Amino acid sequence: MEFKVPTMAELMAAGEEPEILFWVGCAGSYDERAQKITRDICKILHHVGIKYAVLGTEESCTGDPAKRAGNEFLFQMQAMTNIEVLNAYNIKKIVTGCPHCFNTIKNEYPGLGGSYEVIHHTQLIQDLINEGKLKAEGGESFKGKKITYHDPCYLGRGNGIYEAPRKALEILDAQLVEMKRCKSNGLCCGAGGAQMFKEPEKGNKDINVERIDEALQTNPQVIAAGCPFCMTMLSDGIKLKDKEQEVKVLDIAEITARANGL
Amino acid sequence: MVAQILFLVLTLAAIALFTVNLRKIIRNIRLGKPVNRQDQPQKRLMTMLRVAFGQSKMVVRPIPAFLHFFVYIGFVIINIEVLEIMIDGLFGTHRIFNGLGGLYNFLIGSFEILAFTVWVSCAIFLVRRNILKLKRFSGVEMKSWPKSDANYILITEILLMSAFLFMNAADAKLQLLGASHYVNAGAFPVSQYLMNILPSSESALRIVERGCWWFHIIGILAFLNYLPYSKHFHILFAFPNTYFSNLEPKGEFTNMASVTNEVKAMLDPSFVPAETEPGKFGAKDVTDLSWVNLMNAYTCTECGRCTSVCPANITGKLLSPRKIMMDTRDRITEVGQNIDKHGAEHHDGKSLLDDYISREEIWACTSCNACVEACPVNIDPLQIIMELRRFAVMEESQAPGSINAMMGNIENNQAPWKYSPADRFNWAEEK
Repeated sequence: MEFKVPTMAELMAAGEEPEILFWVGCAGSYDERAQKITRDICKILHHVGIKYAVLGTEESCTGDPAKRAGNEFLFQMQAMTNIEVLNAYNIKKIVTGCPHCFNTIKNEYPGLGGSYEVIHHTQLIQDLINEGKLKAEGGESFKGKKITYHDPCYLGRGNGIYEAPRKALEILDAQLVEMKRCKSNGLCCGAGGAQMFKEPEKGNKDINVERIDEALQTNPQVIAAGCPFCMTMLSDGIKLKDKEQEVKVLDIAEITARANGL
Repeated sequence: MVAQILFLVLTLAAIALFTVNLRKIIRNIRLGKPVNRQDQPQKRLMTMLRVAFGQSKMVVRPIPAFLHFFVYIGFVIINIEVLEIMIDGLFGTHRIFNGLGGLYNFLIGSFEILAFTVWVSCAIFLVRRNILKLKRFSGVEMKSWPKSDANYILITEILLMSAFLFMNAADAKLQLLGASHYVNAGAFPVSQYLMNILPSSESALRIVERGCWWFHIIGILAFLNYLPYSKHFHILFAFPNTYFSNLEPKGEFTNMASVTNEVKAMLDPSFVPAETEPGKFGAKDVTDLSWVNLMNAYTCTECGRCTSVCPANITGKLLSPRKIMMDTRDRITEVGQNIDKHGAEHHDGKSLLDDYISREEIWACTSCNACVEACPVNIDPLQIIMELRRFAVMEESQAPGSINAMMGNIENNQAPWKYSPADRFNWAEEK
């Protein structure tokens, strides 16, 4: 990284408070592919000059996969521990790099004592575009490129966010093509509900292959995603179809960073 | 006079039987755990008006939405005619509302057109199910009774509408003959075409007219009593079901208060939880579910929109959200019958999990909410799946091995993978 990513601990030591906390998430912290997205989100935050910070090693799993797997104990243990950290730092606003973290902190933490304004990184990008702070210039041109966007369940159906990621793509002057099943009718990538961490049940096809087949029908150059788990499932699908050269799976944050030469 | 008494007895018996069965269903629903769905009455009312009255979620699939709309308004509006039939039946009058004059003709004319569109729609529905064999209407859970149930409903509706139209045709013909008791009233835009195939003698026409009249009303009373046993119950339950549906974001799952107490006590030894009954975590049987889950089950009309959008089902897994709802209803019905036969304390040793819904089904769910989104009456199969998972994990510690590994990782390294917490911030150092 060409700049230092500030942590909450450092800011607190300096007697400062950030405007927004960037909640990285486990995938964003450890998964190699998702780490790139994490760094791009930081680059965007750095580029527009928002005062932000991350928790660094003080961050911990939100508990989402435990909750969806049925382990409410583990979820609430994680949630209350996290809420203690967040409240101790007097956090008001959070941007997450993952729709699962986003959903959990936004919807399930308030009942356990953690109320924050929570947005997903595609919403942050949309806001920055609306405010004129973020454009698509100085970097890679996506003009005329065929892009199809895959709605993550916990962003779309789960929380009704369909426009923000599309807004971030519209500014590219690219050719946006929708899959047959999109928005509220979007098909899951197959990773939700803790499926990410287990083998699928017996069937006749993997869900991510079903989704990739549909995405490829739009003949895209880029498949845009907004979730690290979707990223894994869709990338695996593309690899399986041997289309890695022709089709790129990119997160909205990566596309934005590239378009701005960050 | 005999006819009037017979009518009264039949009507009262039908209403009494329906009331008994409806009360049993309401009792069964009340076997569910409490959940507060009394908040935000205005928003709830609007949801009910939009989704149930307005059929807003049906329009996603235009062809069935269009056909269903006719059957739906047919059902609602033709009930005005049933009111007249009731009064006529009780007081021995004939077409008591004819005093409305032009409006009466307009009403009868509209009912005829609606009856015809209902007839045609039901016929097309039968074709879709039995000849075109739409995939949505098949599936493991759609064999035997559920399959016949749908056909019985459609055939009954066709018969009822036919009786209504033939009754009018005979009536119109009797009016032309100047038969006594048959006042000149009504407009017959559809049944006029049936007049020619009816006999021409007055006595035969009287038999046809009375026969159809009795068939129609007895059919309606019988159909009313068929509802509690049928998937067709949605015509009544769609309304409360949408009113009491979840208003929170679909991604939000409930936080279990019983767990909150224990976790608080664990994290803070000085915390003294309020005395609560030691309950089960999650659901093994239907009585562990909430009353809303159970009402959902009685409301389900087995249309299969949920299953047709389920990513697990699409890719050949065993899970079918429709089956989750049907199993829940079958089981709560069985539990109710046990109570009727053997009293409230009896337990038959069966449960929803394992005897009806398998582990393989509940673990195939991606919690994507596609089924919830697709349901035209806001049924939530996902909540039931989650409650069953909660039981399997928290009461039995029976999760797939890899899920246990994932949870072990969260407990030990605060991440679902086996990485060291100390490495969590390493991403910032790489280029």
